[in-house]
Amino acid sequence: MNYEAVIGLEIHVQVKTRTKMFTAAPYEYGAAPNTLTDAVVLGLPGTLPVLNHAAIEKCAKLGLMLGCEIAEECKWDRKNYFYPDSPKNYQLTQNEQPLCIGGKVEIELPGPSRNVEGEHRWVILNRIHLEEDPGKLTHEAFETVIDFNRAGVPLAEIVTEPDMSSSTEAVAFLNCLRNIIIYAGISDCDMEKGQMRCDANVSIRPVGSDKLGTRTEMKNLNSMSNVKASIEYEIQRQTEILEDGGNITQETRRWDVDKGISFSLRSKEEAHDYRYFPDPDLMPVQMDRARVAELEAELPERPLDKQRRYQKDLELPFTITSVLCQDRELSEFFEAALETHNAPKAIANYITNDLLRELSAVSEHGESAHSVSQSKLTPAHIGTLAKIIDEGVISKQIGKEVFTEMFATGDMPDVIVEKKGLEQSNDTGEIEALCREAIAGNAKAVGQYKEGNEKALNALKGPVMKATKGKANPAMLDELLKKLIDEG
Amino acid sequence: MSDLHFKTITELAAMLAAGETTSVAITQAVIDRTAAVDDKVKAFLSSDADDALAQAKASDERRAAGKAIGPLDGIPIGIKDTLAVKDQPLRCASKMLENYVSPFDATCIVKLREAGAVIWGRLNMDEFAMGSSTENSAYHTTCNPWDLETIPGGSSGGSAAAMAAGEAIATLGTDTGGSIRQPAALCGVVGMKPTYGLISRYGLVAFASSLDQVGPFARTVEDAALLMQAMLGKDPLDSTSIEQPEAPDYAAALKEKKGPWKLGVPAEFFGEGIDPEVKANIEKAIDWYKSQGCEIVNISLPHSELAVPVYYIVATAEASSNLARFDGVRYTHRSEESKDAMTLFTKSRGEGFGDEVKRRIILGTYVLSSGYYDAYYLRAQKVRRLILSDFEKAFEQVDAILTPTSPTPAFKRGERADDPLAMYLSDIYTISVNLAGLPAISIPSGFTESGLPIGLQVIGKAFGEADMFAVANAFEKAHDYAQQTPKL
Repeated sequence: MNYEAVIGLEIHVQVKTRTKMFTAAPYEYGAAPNTLTDAVVLGLPGTLPVLNHAAIEKCAKLGLMLGCEIAEECKWDRKNYFYPDSPKNYQLTQNEQPLCIGGKVEIELPGPSRNVEGEHRWVILNRIHLEEDPGKLTHEAFETVIDFNRAGVPLAEIVTEPDMSSSTEAVAFLNCLRNIIIYAGISDCDMEKGQMRCDANVSIRPVGSDKLGTRTEMKNLNSMSNVKASIEYEIQRQTEILEDGGNITQETRRWDVDKGISFSLRSKEEAHDYRYFPDPDLMPVQMDRARVAELEAELPERPLDKQRRYQKDLELPFTITSVLCQDRELSEFFEAALETHNAPKAIANYITNDLLRELSAVSEHGESAHSVSQSKLTPAHIGTLAKIIDEGVISKQIGKEVFTEMFATGDMPDVIVEKKGLEQSNDTGEIEALCREAIAGNAKAVGQYKEGNEKALNALKGPVMKATKGKANPAMLDELLKKLIDEG
Repeated sequence: MSDLHFKTITELAAMLAAGETTSVAITQAVIDRTAAVDDKVKAFLSSDADDALAQAKASDERRAAGKAIGPLDGIPIGIKDTLAVKDQPLRCASKMLENYVSPFDATCIVKLREAGAVIWGRLNMDEFAMGSSTENSAYHTTCNPWDLETIPGGSSGGSAAAMAAGEAIATLGTDTGGSIRQPAALCGVVGMKPTYGLISRYGLVAFASSLDQVGPFARTVEDAALLMQAMLGKDPLDSTSIEQPEAPDYAAALKEKKGPWKLGVPAEFFGEGIDPEVKANIEKAIDWYKSQGCEIVNISLPHSELAVPVYYIVATAEASSNLARFDGVRYTHRSEESKDAMTLFTKSRGEGFGDEVKRRIILGTYVLSSGYYDAYYLRAQKVRRLILSDFEKAFEQVDAILTPTSPTPAFKRGERADDPLAMYLSDIYTISVNLAGLPAISIPSGFTESGLPIGLQVIGKAFGEADMFAVANAFEKAHDYAQQTPKL
C-alpha cells in the first residue's frame, strides 16, 4: 500500500524585546549564566508577573503578518508541570484564549533547479500564542546545571494545522516563516541560538484516505536539517510498522542528532496532565482595535509579495528577485537605490552580483558574515554608479573598476571617476584615428563584418579600448567603426 | 511611661508630636513587653530588636530635624511571616523555607517604611497561611493571650495574639478566607481585610492569589484606617491592584460619616453551628445600631452555604500551583535523600511541607485534573459569581452588612486539630467575603462568660472601606471592649 504523510508543526520563536515577558529583567544571548535574572524570573516567594506590552504588540504584528485574526481579548493560563528548568513549576501561557487565531503562510517549494521558481502554496495555521521560555538545563557528568537567563523570555508559539505532506514542505514552510518573522523584526530566528525551535507532529495514512493516522510528536528540532531528517526518519519508521501489520503508538519522541534516529520519550498514558487554569495574577488583555489597525498599517511587505512585485512591475528575473527578497535589508537597500536612479535591472545586478560577491569576499577574510549595513556603500553609491553609466559618463567596463574602488573606500562613484580621470572619452578625433588604425590592421574582421557578422566588430573594438584604457564610449565606438567601414 | 505598648497609634502619634515620648522609647517598650510575655504567648517566630531600635532611632532623628512624616512615623508594626521584608527570614512558618531570607520588601512594607513605621519581628501563622488556629505552624503554636489554653485563631494568629498581648502597636496579617478577621475576633482586637486589589500583593507569599489580601490588625478602627491609608494604591508590580478614580480619605470619613445607616443582617449567618453566646452578643450589637437610629434590614445571601466548598476548591487549586515552586531545587528545603530530579521534588516536598499544606495541595491538584476541572474548578467559579451577585443585590438595599466574625469564640488547643472539616467551618462567616472580593472588618463586641472575646464583622461594598470604617467606628466609640487587655 502507498502511504502519504500528514505533518503539522509547532514553532517556538523568541520574541525580540528589551525585557522579559513578565518582568524588567533584560535578555540577550550569550551572557554569563544566571546574570539576566531577577526575583520574578527566579519565582522567589512573593513575586508577581507584570505583562510586557511590547511582547503583545510584537506577537500581534506577527499574527497580522501571517493573516491571523487578532483576538478581542486574550488570557493567561498556568500550565503546571514539575521540571527543574521551570522556576515556578508552572509556565504562563495562553491555552484557552490565544492572541492570534487562524492564519496562513505562503510557501515557495524548491523549483526543478536553483534558477527556476518552484510552486507556491499556503499552509494553514491554527493559532499563535505567547508564553514564557523556561531556563536551560545542561547535563554534565555528575550533575545537571541550570541557567535561568533564558527563563521568562517571551516566546511565540505558532501552531500549524496538519497541512504539510513532506519534509520538503515542512522545511520550505519554516524558511518562509522565518523570512517573514525576520522581515517583521519580531525575532532573528537563529536556530543555533535557540531563537527558533520546532516540534513536528507526523502521521501517515493510505494515499487517498481522509482519516488522520495516529500521530507522534517529535521534540527538540533545532535546525532545518534536523527537521528534514527527523520527519523523513519518522515517515519511514511509521511506514515500516504499518507494512509489518503493526500499529503506531501515540507518543512523544526525541530526535537524537548524533545518531540520526528518534526514540520514545513518553507514551500517551505517560503524558503530563498540565492542569491548566486561568492565571489569577494577570488580567486578561483587551486588544485595542485602533492600535491593531495601526500595527496593520505599519506592516512591511511580505517577502513573497515583494518577489511577485519585483517580477511583475520591475520585470526582474527570479534568479535576482529570489536573492533580493531573501533579505529585507537587501531589498530595502535596492529600493532606496532606485530613488537615486530608477534603473531596476542594473541596480539589482550590482547588488546581487557585485555587492554580495564583495561582501562574501570580506566575510571569508574577516570570518563573520557581513551584511549590507556593514559595508561602506549606501544605496546612493549604487544608484549614482548606475546613473553615470546610463548618462554615458563612464562605460559599464569602467563601472566594474569604480565599484571595486568605492566598495573599498566608500567614496562616491563620481568622485572616484574624477579623481582617477576615468571619464569616458568622447573625443571623436582621437578615437577616429585609432579606429582607422584598427580597420587597417585587421582586414579579416572587416571582411567578416561586411559579410554580415556584427560580432566581428568586437575584434576591432578591442585595440581601441585598450589604447584608450577603456574610456572610449562604446556606443560611439560602434557607430564610428561601422561608419568608417561602410565609407571605406 | 507605663504601658506605652498598649496605646493606640493615634495616642502615640500625639505624644510623639508633643515630644512626650520617642520612637526609641515606644519600640523599647514593645521589645521589653515581648521579652516579658512571649514565652507564654509565642506570637513571634523571630525578631531583631537591634534592627527595630535602629529604625526607631532614625525616626527620632527625622523628627528632631523637623522632618517627621506622619502618624505612623516611629510606630513599631509587627509583620506576619508571609510578608517579605528585605534581609529578614521569610519562612511562612514552614520547614520548607527554614533558611530563606527575602532579598526584597513587599510593597506594603515599602509603603509603611515610607510612612516612617518601624518594621518589627516575624509573626507566627499557620504554615503558608493554611489553617484557622495557628496550630499548623511548623515551629510552635501561638496561645491566645485571653486564655493560654486556647488558640488565637488563624492563620494570622501571631499577628492577633501579639496585638492582644501588647507586643506591637499594630501588626499586619493576610486574609484569604478569614485569616485576619477570625483571629482578630478571637483575640479581641480590630482586624480588617480590604477590597481585593486595594493593597498590592507583591511580596505576599501567595496561598490563593485570587483571594489573598494584606490587611492590618490594630487596637482601634481609626488605627486600622491609618494603616490602610498608608498601604493602599495601585502597584505597578501587581497587575491585580487597582487604582481608584478618587483617592479615599479615611480619616475625614471617620469624622464626617456619622450615620444613621441601613444595615443588612443575613439570616444565613445566624443558623446552625453558631455558639449561643456569640449569637446573643451579635444580636445585642445589632440592637445597639438600631437604638442609634439605624435601619436594620433582613437580607438573604442564599448562596453563602456554598461558600466553604467553593472556597476549598478555588483556594486549593490556586495553592497547588502557587506552592509548586517550593521544590528542593534552589532556596527551599532539599531532601538529603534526593537522587534525581523526581526524588528531589518528591522527597523535598514530602519532608518540607506539613500535613495541612499537603492535604490542600492534593485537593487542589485533584480539582484541576483533566476530567475533573469542569465539575469542580469551573463550577466553583460559577458559584463564586453567584455569591458575589448575592452581595451585590444586598448592597442595593443596605450600606453595610453585620454578621458574627466567627461562629465560636477561641477553642481549646488540639480540639479541632484532627478534624479538618470542623476547622474549616471556623471561617464559615468570613470566607464568602473573600470569594466576593469585598472589604470587611472585625471589631471587639464583648466577651463570653468565661472571658473570651467575641468579634462583630462589618462587611462593606467593594471599595466602600470609608463607610465600613465609619459603621465600625460608631460601635467601637460607644463601647469599651477595645480598651480591655488580657491578664498575662
